[in-house]
Amino acid sequence: MTALAALIKRDVQIALRVGGGALIGVLFFLTVVVLMPFAIGPDLALLTRLGPAILWLGALLASLLTLDRLFMADHDDGSLDLIAMSRTPLELSCAAKALAHWLAAGVPLIVATPVLGLLLNLDAGSTLAVALTLLVGTPALTFTGIIGAALAVTLHRGGLLLAVLVLPLSIPVLIFGVAASEAAISGPVSFGTPFSILAALSLISFVVGPFAAAASLRQGLD
Amino acid sequence: MTLTTTLTDLANPTRFLSLTARVLPWLTAATAILLAIGLYQSAMAPDDYQQGATVKIMFIHVPNAWLAMFVWGVMSVAALGTLVWRHPLADVAAKAAAPIGAAFTFLALVTGSLWGRPMWGTYWEWDARLTSVLILFLMYLGLMALWRAVEDPSRAARAAAVLTLVGALNLPIIKFSVDWWNTLHQPASVFRMGGPTLDRAFLIPLLVMAVAFSLLFVTLHLAAMRNEILRRRVRSLQMMQASRKAA
Repeated sequence: MTALAALIKRDVQIALRVGGGALIGVLFFLTVVVLMPFAIGPDLALLTRLGPAILWLGALLASLLTLDRLFMADHDDGSLDLIAMSRTPLELSCAAKALAHWLAAGVPLIVATPVLGLLLNLDAGSTLAVALTLLVGTPALTFTGIIGAALAVTLHRGGLLLAVLVLPLSIPVLIFGVAASEAAISGPVSFGTPFSILAALSLISFVVGPFAAAASLRQGLD
Repeated sequence: MTLTTTLTDLANPTRFLSLTARVLPWLTAATAILLAIGLYQSAMAPDDYQQGATVKIMFIHVPNAWLAMFVWGVMSVAALGTLVWRHPLADVAAKAAAPIGAAFTFLALVTGSLWGRPMWGTYWEWDARLTSVLILFLMYLGLMALWRAVEDPSRAARAAAVLTLVGALNLPIIKFSVDWWNTLHQPASVFRMGGPTLDRAFLIPLLVMAVAFSLLFVTLHLAAMRNEILRRRVRSLQMMQASRKAA
């Protein structure tokens, strides 16, 4: 347990310090959201309607952007081999690394959501709903994303290949995240149904993600 | 017991090559005959009272759509073969299946879209079934990109196997979520393909075509596996030659 806590602490510290790059994700999120009104036009009513979708797309792309660093830096300096050889099961180490990545790169996105909601003319209640769905949904993005990150590090390929492989897998999260936000804002459907499915997707990814990532690391590292 | 011994026997690529060399001509002939019968029956099938002659697109479209999903199943079994049993031919099977599956998925999309134009008045609709097949197609393409991105076939095989299994877990979730997403946005009454009860005049040609397309897949798959084995032999011969020149 202490080993996992130490791993989480170390990863969060590295990500937040100079050279870590976790906060670049928030900056990217802000930039994507600011770009939208230029593409759509400064129509406030339209922006209000598209707001949840824009925020979710921005968060999805921002969390994808920081993913390929997840194992790459550890692989470059050799600490990934030490983690793989340690007595802690690799599945748990992968889960810890994903959790640390979510704390360093996912939580800032959620914290930034209220400010961005203001730019998109969302009222306080809607912004809160989007932030809540992001809080429940972004762990699913991170924990499915580590599969792609593990593949990327074993293949020494990142970037576009990673995006092409991971994005189709994140479609359900996007669907239910946006559905839950819209249900809370306007929809006739109750907020509870899509929200609990979103939570279920996160729980499933907690189980599947670390195992698949550990499997591909075991197969690929040599 | 016999199945496992057969599978173990096939682990030897040379034995696999000689066996398939004997089987393939028969398979090709059977596929051709069955396809001819199926196409004749489809052409002779009566016109639908509502859809007219366009209903005949179904005989091509439905087998393609069925195989699009079946091939991912074959690749998942092959992925288990790579990761669990370390069967030497499993990754050859998985690699050879991906482009064929992508082709079937593409044909299902194209024929469906051609059918949709006269029936629904549009080539493309963000309907649940269309969308989930499109995502399946994207995942096939991603898998093929992964195979092409890595030079060492065995390294690519293990990565692709993990991804295939994750995809196999995820495809039902995607299908289910897309269904749900669609019913939120539009009524389902417009999209009832052909009607639920299929007349025998349509059902029999459809089943014949389904068997013919499955045979077509097996034939193409075995041929592609042979090609892949030969390609790997050429590759290792070239590498041996190159290293001999260097030495």
